[in-house]
Amino acid sequence: MNVSALTAPERTALKDLLFSMADDALIIGHRNSEWVGIGPVLEEDIAFASIAQDKLGHALALYTILHEHFAEPDPDTLAFMRTERLFRCCHFVEIPTQEYDFALMRHVLFDTAEALRFAMLAESAFEPLAQLARKARGEIQYHTMHANIWLKQLGTATEESRARMQSALNECFPLALGMFESPSSENEQALCAANIFQGESELHRRWLHAVRTLVEQSGLVLYEEGITPAYGGRKGYHTEHLAPLLDEMSEVFKTDPMAEW
Amino acid sequence: MIPTVQVTEQDVWKALEDVFDPEIPKLSVVDLGVITAVRVDEQNAAHVTMTPTFSGCPAVEMMRSDVADRLKQLPLSRVVVDVSFEVPWNSNRISERGREMLRQSGFAPPPKHEGFIELQVLSDVACPYCGSRNTRLQSPFGPTLCRSIHYCDNCFQAFEQFKPVA
Repeated sequence: MNVSALTAPERTALKDLLFSMADDALIIGHRNSEWVGIGPVLEEDIAFASIAQDKLGHALALYTILHEHFAEPDPDTLAFMRTERLFRCCHFVEIPTQEYDFALMRHVLFDTAEALRFAMLAESAFEPLAQLARKARGEIQYHTMHANIWLKQLGTATEESRARMQSALNECFPLALGMFESPSSENEQALCAANIFQGESELHRRWLHAVRTLVEQSGLVLYEEGITPAYGGRKGYHTEHLAPLLDEMSEVFKTDPMAEW
Repeated sequence: MIPTVQVTEQDVWKALEDVFDPEIPKLSVVDLGVITAVRVDEQNAAHVTMTPTFSGCPAVEMMRSDVADRLKQLPLSRVVVDVSFEVPWNSNRISERGREMLRQSGFAPPPKHEGFIELQVLSDVACPYCGSRNTRLQSPFGPTLCRSIHYCDNCFQAFEQFKPVA
């Protein structure tokens, strides 16, 4: 499938999808990288650093698709020169990491969704995205493996570890639901009709099924009633945490945007 | 006038055996399995397609320019090296010789897999130094994206495995 063969609403929907995935990967990659040098044990320091590097690889590949197929600027310019309002990441990835329990729970919920998203996109009619999805799946197996091992260990270890993981789950769940915000129902229909992606609501359904199982196996409880999802990110409305993150992330790049690295 | 020598695809593959992974100097890009297509057209231009081991691999640009530099030594009219995910890399693409080169460089080669990596697959590794399987997985993540960290309980030596990737 060529992008020029798509209708205008299909093109818009695909572009929105690519930006939301790329921006999620870039921002969670930055948050993961913040553990470099301060992980609770050396292996965890290395794990979060490696996962961060994979996420940056996915962001780079997605920005490259936007550059090559949608005439967007080059990946560095997209990553470092856009203002906050132009980002399409969800609030979940923006939240600063305070404690390791929060970082691990975000890792579990985010990577479960990403693994399922890439599995769905491996069948996409938009071949550049399908190719990336088939590649990324193997890498993300390592991320979910790492996340799920820790979830089980800490969910069933001591009273304190269980309480901390439960509290992190309660905090993360409404934020995590923001991953499945769609900019519009037209977008959802257009992506389905063009066989590009089965949509956020289908992904949400699969994710919930997977998360319920993981949570149950870890001895934790998922409270699903009366939850308000943290929406807004996919429409460019962000938490107060994104702008400072972008300033820090682009600080070196902006000292000389024309430099060859 | 200089007579035109038609370069064959075999010539290109042969030349690529001289291009090595920047971090494992005995392992060629051919044995690593990152070269996915080679074509020489009627104008004597070479088109090489490569694919990264990991999408975040920082060595891919260096390998790409090393490939181009090596091929410029052949009498080709043009060299085009593309990076693509069309044929994605997975660790089964490493050749038998590549596995031997990994061992000689002190890395355990990745076990062959069938599309899904489980902790058990990753943990069951022979020590590259003494050959014992009495080893433990220390961390599925290592100093680079493509390596995991292990410890041999037989020869008391830490070692790295080139990770199986689906």
